[in-house]
Amino acid sequence: MMLPGFPDAAPLAGLAGGVLIGLAAAVMLLGLGRIAGVSGLAAKAVGLGGSGIARSGAWMFVIGLPLGALIVMLASGGIEVSFASPVTLAIAGLVVGIGTRLGSGCTSGHGVCGVSRLSGRSIVATLTFMATGIATVAIMNALGLEVL
Amino acid sequence: MRTALTSIVSGVLFGAGLALGGMTDPARVRGFLDIFGDWDPTLAFVMGGAVIVMAVAWRIVPRLAEPVFAGEFHLPTKSDLTPRLVGGAALFGIGWGIAGLCPGPGIAALVIEPAAAAIFVVGMLAGMAVVRLFEGASS
Repeated sequence: MMLPGFPDAAPLAGLAGGVLIGLAAAVMLLGLGRIAGVSGLAAKAVGLGGSGIARSGAWMFVIGLPLGALIVMLASGGIEVSFASPVTLAIAGLVVGIGTRLGSGCTSGHGVCGVSRLSGRSIVATLTFMATGIATVAIMNALGLEVL
Repeated sequence: MRTALTSIVSGVLFGAGLALGGMTDPARVRGFLDIFGDWDPTLAFVMGGAVIVMAVAWRIVPRLAEPVFAGEFHLPTKSDLTPRLVGGAALFGIGWGIAGLCPGPGIAALVIEPAAAAIFVVGMLAGMAVVRLFEGASS
């Protein structure tokens, strides 16, 4: 299905993907009583604080992420992606790592779990990282910095 | 064992959702953030779908005495808006905008574009280690 005015958008695939992500977070919430926040679970897995879940559980979740992507990749015959250069990726990763630990979460913990719970902290965090993300792309575009 | 199984089911569903929704492609994520340019609204559908399902899940929580596979709920209780929260979120958004990757898609993409995703993930873990270092191991 195409979205009028946005020929590149994939609204149905996006919605289906979103529902799967919601189900994933619901399994974590209703099954184990915890927030499916990727940054917190990744930090826990490698022993850098984060979620209160057992470390083995954090590892299982983190390992599940590429496994799930692999299933979609095999079922769909490949996923097209374009990534930034190694230096750009390293810098971005560093900033994301620092920011998510200081801000206690990322797109999953704040954006999905917290916003759906109507948590004030998560709504503020989500609006903030959306705003700085939009500003970052706008500034980079204005400077002619093409990273992908 | 129940924790491990539940966690991997959650992780696999999560990773599949990210890949299906196009979030493992940084171009799509940056396209969403590019509201002043050639805007791609796909991420809004991903976010919307996830939030709707989770809104239902949150309505179920009060009806459960305890989680299905665990003894008790461990949910965030903080409600204070601190400079640390806003500053951290602001930094995260900058990193997200630079390369079009947040933690979930970065890790999930390890099977799609292994070398590039690994660089991002190593950078991210280094960033987390920096915060840990400055805070001490107490938190």
